[in-house]
Amino acid sequence: MADLKHNGSNGVAKSIEVDHIVKKYGDFTAVDDISFSVDDGETFGLLGPNGAGKSTLIRMMTTLLPITSGVARIAGHDVRREPDAARRAIGVIPQALTSDLDLTVEENLNIYAKLYDVPPRERKKNVDELLELVDLSKWRGAQTKTLSGGMRRRLEIARGLVHSPRIFFLDEPTTGLDPVSRVAVWEMLGNIKSHRQLTILITTHYMDEADRLCDRIAIVDHGKLVALDTPKALKASVPGSNVIEAQFSAAPPDWEQQLHALSEVTSVQAEGGNTFRVLTGNGSRTTTELVELAVKSGVEVRSLTVQNTTLDDVFVHYTGRQLRDEAVKAYSFVMPPRPGLRP
Amino acid sequence: MNRTFAIIERELRKFFRSPALMLVSMVFPLIQLIVLGNAFGGKIRDAKLGVVDQDHGTQSLKVREAFESVRANMRTFLPVYYQSEREAVKDVRDGKLQGAVIIPPEYSRRVYEENHPRIALVVDNSDNFMSSALEQSFTELTKSLNEPEVQPRIIQQNVLDIVELYPYIEYMKYLLPGSITLAMFVSVMIGGGMLYIDDKARGVHEGYLVTPITKTELVLGLNGAGAIKAVAAGIVITVIGSLLAGVGSIFDPRTALWLLLLIILTSVSFNAMMFLMMVRVEDPLVPRATFGILNTLLFFPSGSIYPIEAFPWWLRGVARADPFTYAVHGFKALLLKEAGFVAIWQDLVILTLFAVVMMAIAIPLFKRSL
Repeated sequence: MADLKHNGSNGVAKSIEVDHIVKKYGDFTAVDDISFSVDDGETFGLLGPNGAGKSTLIRMMTTLLPITSGVARIAGHDVRREPDAARRAIGVIPQALTSDLDLTVEENLNIYAKLYDVPPRERKKNVDELLELVDLSKWRGAQTKTLSGGMRRRLEIARGLVHSPRIFFLDEPTTGLDPVSRVAVWEMLGNIKSHRQLTILITTHYMDEADRLCDRIAIVDHGKLVALDTPKALKASVPGSNVIEAQFSAAPPDWEQQLHALSEVTSVQAEGGNTFRVLTGNGSRTTTELVELAVKSGVEVRSLTVQNTTLDDVFVHYTGRQLRDEAVKAYSFVMPPRPGLRP
Repeated sequence: MNRTFAIIERELRKFFRSPALMLVSMVFPLIQLIVLGNAFGGKIRDAKLGVVDQDHGTQSLKVREAFESVRANMRTFLPVYYQSEREAVKDVRDGKLQGAVIIPPEYSRRVYEENHPRIALVVDNSDNFMSSALEQSFTELTKSLNEPEVQPRIIQQNVLDIVELYPYIEYMKYLLPGSITLAMFVSVMIGGGMLYIDDKARGVHEGYLVTPITKTELVLGLNGAGAIKAVAAGIVITVIGSLLAGVGSIFDPRTALWLLLLIILTSVSFNAMMFLMMVRVEDPLVPRATFGILNTLLFFPSGSIYPIEAFPWWLRGVARADPFTYAVHGFKALLLKEAGFVAIWQDLVILTLFAVVMMAIAIPLFKRSL
């Protein structure tokens, strides 16, 4: 545990410390003076729209990109001065599925264990244990190309842990997976955390995922850190504790203003198709007034839902946009799938 | 070094589990050897030759008998008899005949009078190869017609006696060194070029870069794996190609040893060259797009299919800078001439120096980060 001697002000050892970190590409600043720290054993979420600087930040922390200025310490090691020590302490799962399709599940794990110089006996023990944890023991001899997307993601997670790292970076681990596979990955991560002392830093596009997995969440936008707290505190920080989503038959032109004038409404957002998203401090009172206003104005209410504030609302509040609007992503080149492969 | 071996293990397992890749890197040079070896190596047979006899004398009969003799033996051409010179020439123009011979009136009388007897050969010189073959055949035929009935006791003319050092080398054998070299290049192009860039684009290299592997270990691993694949391709094509072309020198243990050394050094130098070319490339289309250009630029000037001495000065310069040239020269010396180390040491030294220079430039350009 010599790696984790850097204690923060709360007395808990820090696994990750990022101090005024900056990344510039010419005149463009991708990451702009971000500072945060992650406690030992914490699951830390990094949220932000595409192009916000999340991946650049992760790549600097994992020694993949040189830092323009500032300091990143991983398990107490400055990534610029002691990159190898930092690399030994981390496991990294990139966003793309990069396991070799022609190699078997076990071979993929063994190759990476060798790259980390894991001794043969320990290698076998680790591989057996991880295959059990990710529920791939039955598939250890199968070629990776025969696995489904969810199974391949589980293999990638096992691969990132094959050298028993203390800190685990996961870049959008469930992107592209169906809901069942996503839940399976969440359960598997929980299972791994209960078996190993692990600090996790995760980036995701899914608010429910961040809400369920993360102890604390940082929101990054335009390369800056715009919010950092627990999910509960972040939700509480948004004005209005309830969200009313209502669809009307036909709304008058000034309908948004009329809704905004209702009691305790903090914001109204038109979502198209005569649907409005209303943030309020008192859901039941605003709902009653809203229905009365509709009846008085001769506007038919087609649907109406009231719910508590979600991380989606937190995200909109801090970045001004919704994550699901960012689905169109400017990927760099992506190899087309091989013919005959299971998606 | 364990991490270097891990990279090599990964690359080789991947390669040997992809039969299509192995097949492509070995089949293309073999097809080239078989098709080009047979297409270019043969002699002209059964070309149609129009014969217009306007003399009908005893000497023209002697000429026609000579043509019939060629038809029965060498079969270089098949005489087709015409009555009209105009019709024969028209058929040559139309491509129905490959050439026409006109035996003019009074030919026999001129022979007896020793008054410049002449036979005309009309050739379609749009096909240089065919017209040269017919000209050569007729030069020999005319020479035999001019031979005196009784040879003089003292030969007064200069005679050139040609001594061939090696048995007749068919074109397929001549092509074999080039095909072996090409097989190694194709293997390097696929293994060291296309797969390398595809892996980069898929994020496989990103996976390597987050491990504690050093830059030297990574470069050695990637290049070692590429070179091993090329050596395997080189050995397979040397054996199969030699058997197909009927080259027996591979069975001599000493020649086999030198061949192995040449294959290893050629593979290493080709792989180093490819590594330098691809070290900063990110787009998977680049190696695919450059494949044809590189193939033309490296294979054809190397003397694989045509002697370098026939090239213009600038192409000789390209040949001199081309590692193919030294590999092909070495393989020719070992396979066709059964020469030993003395004949190939310069090729080995140049290939080694080439590899060292390529790597010396490539390693600083290789980035240990994204």
